[in-house]
Amino acid sequence: MTLADYLPIALMFVLGVGFASVAMYFSWRIAPKKPTPEKLAPYECGIVPLQEPAQRFPVKFYMVAMLFVIFDVEIIFLFAWAVRFDQFGWAGIAAVGIFVALLIETLVYVWKRGALDWNVARRARYRRVVAPERVQEEAA
Amino acid sequence: MVAVTAGDWFSTPENYVFLAIALPLVFAGWRVVTSSNVVHAVLYLVGALGGSAALFLLLGAEFVAWAVVLVYIGAVVVLFLFGIMITRAPIGVEVELSHPLRVRISAALVSGALFVLIAIAALTAFGSESIPEAEVTRTADIGQSIFERFVIPFEVVSVVLLAALVGGIVIARRDPSPEEIAAGKETL
Amino acid sequence: MTGWETLLTAAIKVAVAFALLLSLTIVLVWFERKIVADMQNRLGPTRAGPYGMLQTVADGVKLLFKESVTPRRVEFALYIAAPIAALVPALLIFLVIPIGRPFTLGDRVIDLAGTDLNVAVLYVLALSSLAVYAVVLAGWSSGSKYPLLGAVRASAQMISYEAAMGLALVPVILFTGTTSIRAIVDAQAGEFLSFLGIWNIVLVPSFLIFFIAGVAETNRAPFDLVEAESEIVGGYHTEYSGFRFALFFLAEYINIFNISALTTTLFLGGWHGPTFGAPEWLAWVFPIVWFFVKTVALVFVFVWIRASLPRMRYDQLMQFGWKRLIPLTLVWIILSTVAIGFRRFGAPWG
Repeated sequence: MTLADYLPIALMFVLGVGFASVAMYFSWRIAPKKPTPEKLAPYECGIVPLQEPAQRFPVKFYMVAMLFVIFDVEIIFLFAWAVRFDQFGWAGIAAVGIFVALLIETLVYVWKRGALDWNVARRARYRRVVAPERVQEEAA
Repeated sequence: MVAVTAGDWFSTPENYVFLAIALPLVFAGWRVVTSSNVVHAVLYLVGALGGSAALFLLLGAEFVAWAVVLVYIGAVVVLFLFGIMITRAPIGVEVELSHPLRVRISAALVSGALFVLIAIAALTAFGSESIPEAEVTRTADIGQSIFERFVIPFEVVSVVLLAALVGGIVIARRDPSPEEIAAGKETL
Repeated sequence: MTGWETLLTAAIKVAVAFALLLSLTIVLVWFERKIVADMQNRLGPTRAGPYGMLQTVADGVKLLFKESVTPRRVEFALYIAAPIAALVPALLIFLVIPIGRPFTLGDRVIDLAGTDLNVAVLYVLALSSLAVYAVVLAGWSSGSKYPLLGAVRASAQMISYEAAMGLALVPVILFTGTTSIRAIVDAQAGEFLSFLGIWNIVLVPSFLIFFIAGVAETNRAPFDLVEAESEIVGGYHTEYSGFRFALFFLAEYINIFNISALTTTLFLGGWHGPTFGAPEWLAWVFPIVWFFVKTVALVFVFVWIRASLPRMRYDQLMQFGWKRLIPLTLVWIILSTVAIGFRRFGAPWG
């Protein structure tokens, strides 16, 4: 690798940022600007915004991101192994096998804990696992 | 990509590239700890990490550079952002993060000590060694050292990752209580 | 090459790539609208230019002259940065895709790709993971609830499918033994029927998973919950109008092209194809034609999927990603590793 390989990337970066900025500025200069209070309000299909959005998001988004970090690290390791696959032979496959087995273990754990269940599945899991007696009461 | 002695510092173009990367990096790092808005702090962190990736590129360590972008900027910082979204008011509110003075002073002392420690370690380990252009780190070489020299740590890493995730889930996850369900407050 | 020549070559490549992407977007939008219209028994655009081909140009010019409303509660710096953050990674990814065979000019060999990186596959993944920032920035800085909801949804979706995408590429790297895209294309060259080599599409599950994850990464139907009008208005770019919106739109179509081009390059032999024994001065045209034929065919699949499948529900989307696609990818990685291991090293016990 030489820095020359990255020259087109740097140029494209500058060109992309430049094009986007100039185009937005140009458009802002030539387009009409007639702000009204209604136009500047947060867009909610014409309904007057009544309440602030929810202050917090469900924690499951955080768990997806956590799982993603782990998979990302795995991808890096797998790439590093895959380019020298021929050299490591079965020993390499064994090392990666243990690694991937633990990754699968992680996924199974998360799955069984219900962290991958969203809305409908989560509700079903709740009925099945946490409060089966309540479901029976409702049925009675 | 040739390290130089102080005398011909100005004649090596790499040094100017280094400066162009390092100065914004230091600024971004400074703003990470001084921004009073968490989201801004996180975005400055993206800048700081991007700068460090660029420094790796300058050193010829392509694989490490893009791994930093993929894992740190693409995943870890996104995790931070999600962390902010689930714990703090996401819209419009400036979150005041300033700590009392004694906390700041002790933080400054700790980071100063860390800086000195790392600087001494780097200087004693490498001194004024230079990186010959031929020895630029390639993906394959990284793979080689992971799978020949560092196999055991590599396997341990996967256990650590598993443990970290289990810990995260145990802390974050809780099935809703029947009262919450009855009140319609289950976080579905 | 001297420094100036390097700079000049790079500048020309970048300018050509940029112009190509902009004009391709114009064509692709028209292409999509026409195809969807045909599939839905409508006419689609007919007025601007022959067969309505200039409709996209007209729309672009219109957006340039439209008011860019800046809602009261936006955080301006980040609000303006979001469209730029959407466009730039899309432009950068295209640079590593070779669109044709290298050709010689005088005594120099010039690649028909912006640049050739040793770690191009990693570069592509890293840059596509940056696309999340455009979404999060737009949603967060708009100061409005639907963009924020759309942004959180979209970013969770994008990172989920990004994981599947990265894992799907592991067998490809195993098979070809390189992360350089040029080397991956070269590994698919061959002599059968005078052109056909072993394309990586023999790794069928990787191909399918990569493409499906690509559709989800670009937030296209049936994974377009990001802009589910019935639930969250326009999604993360609800508060964007005028040319600021146009930039998001441009980035989306460049991404569609990028995913199709990457699938072509990584799985369908890239620019390889028959040259029909054409003379040398003409032969370099065919690879470019083959590259675009394959890529446009994949873009057609994008459009076809959009016209055929209804939008998924969010829980279905996340479950499909984590409970179907990723376990499938992991099983496929194990199977392909063992199979390739047996072929290359023989049985471990023998």
